[in-house]
Amino acid sequence: MTEGLSVQNLSFAYGPKQALADVSFDLQKGRFCALLGPNGAGKSTLVSLLTRLLVSPTGTIRIAGHDLRQAPSQALAKLGVVFQQPTLDLDLSVRQNLSYFAALHRLPRKGLNARIDTVLERLDMAERAHEKVRALNGGHRRRTELARSLLHEPQVLLLDEPTVGLDASSRAGIVAHVHDLAAQGMCVLWTTHLTDEVRDTDDLLVLHRGQILTHGPAGQVRGDQALSDWFLSQTGTPV
Amino acid sequence: MTGWLIALRAIVGREFLRFIHQRERFLSALVRPLVWLLIFAAGFRAALGLSIIPPYQTYITYETYIVPGLCAMILLFNGMQSSLSLVYDREMGSMRLLLTSPLPRWWLLLCRLLGSSAISVLQVYAFLAIAALFDITMPIWGYVAALPGLFLGGIMLGALGLVLSSFVRQLENFAGVMNFVIFPMFFLSSALYPLWKMAESSELLYGICALNPFTHVVELIRFLLYLQFNWIALFWVVGATAIFGLLALWGYDPARGLMKRKA
Repeated sequence: MTEGLSVQNLSFAYGPKQALADVSFDLQKGRFCALLGPNGAGKSTLVSLLTRLLVSPTGTIRIAGHDLRQAPSQALAKLGVVFQQPTLDLDLSVRQNLSYFAALHRLPRKGLNARIDTVLERLDMAERAHEKVRALNGGHRRRTELARSLLHEPQVLLLDEPTVGLDASSRAGIVAHVHDLAAQGMCVLWTTHLTDEVRDTDDLLVLHRGQILTHGPAGQVRGDQALSDWFLSQTGTPV
Repeated sequence: MTGWLIALRAIVGREFLRFIHQRERFLSALVRPLVWLLIFAAGFRAALGLSIIPPYQTYITYETYIVPGLCAMILLFNGMQSSLSLVYDREMGSMRLLLTSPLPRWWLLLCRLLGSSAISVLQVYAFLAIAALFDITMPIWGYVAALPGLFLGGIMLGALGLVLSSFVRQLENFAGVMNFVIFPMFFLSSALYPLWKMAESSELLYGICALNPFTHVVELIRFLLYLQFNWIALFWVVGATAIFGLLALWGYDPARGLMKRKA
């Protein structure tokens, strides 16, 4: 049992098309794990299964020790998610978006404002709390989503290509911040196409054709090669 | 339990905020039935002779006859509108946020249903108020008595919207819903003409109208507006709500429907 994220023997098929085949891995708390995979490798399916948008008849997923099938409520309460698609309500303010999320997570109203202030400050978004999301740029919207995913103090954080469409500085800011969160004890799973977001000290999980190809520290896995070259040599496709 | 109520308040509150932000939606929801009431009904008044049928005790004008049908029309369009916004939410991602909440999915969907029904009912009362300005009035207590019927009708049609939203894959396919659901439901009902009129033309069409749950929403509202009760209509509406509700749950079950069909 792990306090982070544990996936055992997970398989999933869309009709006759096998998307994931017997996937197993354990992620420890305090670790940043980058999930790399070419298009069609099964990353989106894995994210949908981890967030219970899909349910698989086989395999188990445990989030902070809670079985997602047996105890979905407890498991989802420990999971923070930043989806690839934007999920903010554009007509609501940053604070209203966070309050709505807090209610979906049954957080008590007492002390909620202070909690929202804390997560926004952590991401340098405090002064934008009353702005409508529509008025924010892409980087600030992503930071809002990241702040929101931390509101219920999850133990496992799942980010699905969170830097897509962002400029270089916003991207670097978010990558650094999430690495800090891992250093503070959170278990992070970060899916990406961009090898420069992966540090040598991170764990690397490579998904290829629905199976785990490699799982280990990124520095060790790539050896002397650049990560993108290593990836190409292993999968035959660029990241 | 309080956590559940917090979520209920937030989801209903969000529906209200969205509604306030979309004034055009409110206006079009009002204009549509008013066009029927003030233009269509004026033109058809002479063509359609109405006999005295329950719950009416005297001869009534055609405008008066179609008011309950138009109330139900508002509920129908709103139910579909809400379904459309669910498909939109799903494509845009905010549905994911709702469905990954630790609360049970049936409760989240019910909250959403209650929120959209409450907004539909508000629109119906705005319509009834404007109709009253044009001297098309009901017994005063009828407005109060109709409230539960309107709400139940709103929930039934909202649940139908949920079912459709779980089966319609993309936003673009929604035009089909208009053609194959809204128009047949509306025209094959007692909203615009009493069913005995339909029976004179075709027994088959009459049979379909009598089976159409929308007919029973209209009749439930019509009877309540005149402080009478139509048990058969209530039975049909409750039954249809239960069936649509179960189908929606099935459609949104993570092990079966919704996200499983990969585009």
